[in-house]
Amino acid sequence: MKEFCYTITDPEGIHARPAGLLVKAAAAHPCRVTLKGNGKEVDAKRIMGVMSMGVKQGQELTVVCDGEGEAQACADLEAFLKENL
Amino acid sequence: MRLQGKSVFGGIAMGKLAVYEKKERTVKREKREDADAEMQRFYEAKEEAKRQLGVLYEKALKEVGEANAAIFDVHQMMLDDQDYEESIEHIIREQKVNAEYAVAQTGDNFSEIFAAMDDDYMRMRAADVKDISDRVIAVLQGGKDKGFAGGEPVILLAEDLAPSETVQLDKEKVLSFVTKFGSTNSHTAILARTMNIPALIGIDFPKDCEGAFGIVDGFEGALYIDPDEETIALYEKKKQKEEERRALLQELKGKENVTKDGTRVELFANIGSVADVGAALQNDAGGIGLFRSEFLYIGAEDYPSEEQQFQAYRTVAQNMAGKKVVIRTLDIGADKKADYFGLDPEENPALGFRAIRICLQRPQILKTQLRAIFRAACYGNISVMYPMITSLREVERIKEIVEEVKEELLKDGLPFGEVEQGIMIETPAAVFMSAELAKEVDFFSIGTNDLTQYLLACDRQNPNLADVCDPYHPAVLRAIEMTVKNAHAGGAWVGICGELGGDVRMTETFLRMGVDELSVSPPRILEVRDAIRRIDLKG
Repeated sequence: MKEFCYTITDPEGIHARPAGLLVKAAAAHPCRVTLKGNGKEVDAKRIMGVMSMGVKQGQELTVVCDGEGEAQACADLEAFLKENL
Repeated sequence: MRLQGKSVFGGIAMGKLAVYEKKERTVKREKREDADAEMQRFYEAKEEAKRQLGVLYEKALKEVGEANAAIFDVHQMMLDDQDYEESIEHIIREQKVNAEYAVAQTGDNFSEIFAAMDDDYMRMRAADVKDISDRVIAVLQGGKDKGFAGGEPVILLAEDLAPSETVQLDKEKVLSFVTKFGSTNSHTAILARTMNIPALIGIDFPKDCEGAFGIVDGFEGALYIDPDEETIALYEKKKQKEEERRALLQELKGKENVTKDGTRVELFANIGSVADVGAALQNDAGGIGLFRSEFLYIGAEDYPSEEQQFQAYRTVAQNMAGKKVVIRTLDIGADKKADYFGLDPEENPALGFRAIRICLQRPQILKTQLRAIFRAACYGNISVMYPMITSLREVERIKEIVEEVKEELLKDGLPFGEVEQGIMIETPAAVFMSAELAKEVDFFSIGTNDLTQYLLACDRQNPNLADVCDPYHPAVLRAIEMTVKNAHAGGAWVGICGELGGDVRMTETFLRMGVDELSVSPPRILEVRDAIRRIDLKG
């Protein structure tokens, strides 16, 4: 299991469009990807859950990758978050 | 009756009012023993709903661009969401009920989760969940795609409209739409603007106005119900003028800004707020040649924050989708000011403490603005220009500040994009220094209003001087010519963003001088395009 923390810089937080992109990015990896933040824990491959977290700018998001290719998943998702959120 | 709301998009519409009621799909709870068969019905309906969304996505992509079409892509993903699907399956299997009921129930549950959140943006997602669920139910019930049954064209009144409803509006049948809820930044509002339908929000219309005659004034944000003869006559005239303008637009939209002999020129729009982007796009602007940033400062209680500015600049950059957006930094002074600046009254405000002069004495104001501009540049094609430049020294100081800003952004880990740097040429000093200045910047933008006032030493606010303050004075034209020549020699492109740029009597003169870009108010774009296309520089 591997994890990292990321603080959201996008002023709108994880809103609809980036949530969709994030789910797509997570779904590209075989391992389980869990997001923790704003007192909630959700499956990163499920868009309703990701959107319903309501994570806002300045809040910290913990991304946990567990299983096959977890190191690669962490690296890719961290790059994705920096780029988009 | 006149109701005041807020305009989402300009235009005049006159016609019968129709109140759109969301077809509350009456979903009956029915016992179904064969859960597998119900699941199969759900899967098939879901695939059909996704197909419909795919069509809508393509339609929106063509009409309003990727950023605005993305919502339909997200809708498709929501339909594929496993939590959503599991909830439906659970209800079908546990309660042994029909798929329609399971979808309706699940849609309600999920939308309640979003509706309960303390965030406007997320609350809007509640409408999205309802929207996708309704779509699946419509397919299950064998109904046709939701649409507006048409007879004669109407002004459509609704509580609120989902994005999929707006994009499906049959424009032949809808003259305008007016909603009670919604915001100027909602998907619906953005779609409406780019789709060119006059629209109002915040109108609390009476329920019983169905079938009455109405007028939508998308410029004033007003709806008239059963107006008197005088009002009707007034709006008949306004509407005719608007139609003439639109006819011109239809003819010239999509055409190039090219003269008969093949000389091309950029034709951009001047805007003064985020909401003006709609008008710029509607009039087919090739970019924004002057985005006045004063609207963020004037009328505010305090200096606008970096975030506020960032949001405004980013929205404009995104909506212009890769087209150039030239943001002019703060151009405020003793004549147009905000109290919190604490500026002393001046004898000669036009010659006083204003624009870049304030920014260089109080660099924090400029830094905040530059941070927002550079960050927003990640989302589009942004340039920045500085007003009231008189010397090389000012440009050098600005460049130092720009470097500091970039370093600070790097240190803060905030992403930023490439930003072209330019200056306004509006003082005689800048004209005379244009050869040297051109080597320091990427572009010039000539502000003919101030340039005229400073060259001819006449206050443009003074009505007694209207004859003296002549923008066609040979001195003004020679100054422009000199600026263009020096810009090109120094490797900078040059545009005109003052009122003279939109004066079709001057277009040929400017093209002969070699001006690269004209930036004019949105309603003037197509007239200038028309003028450009009639010019033959070799003739």
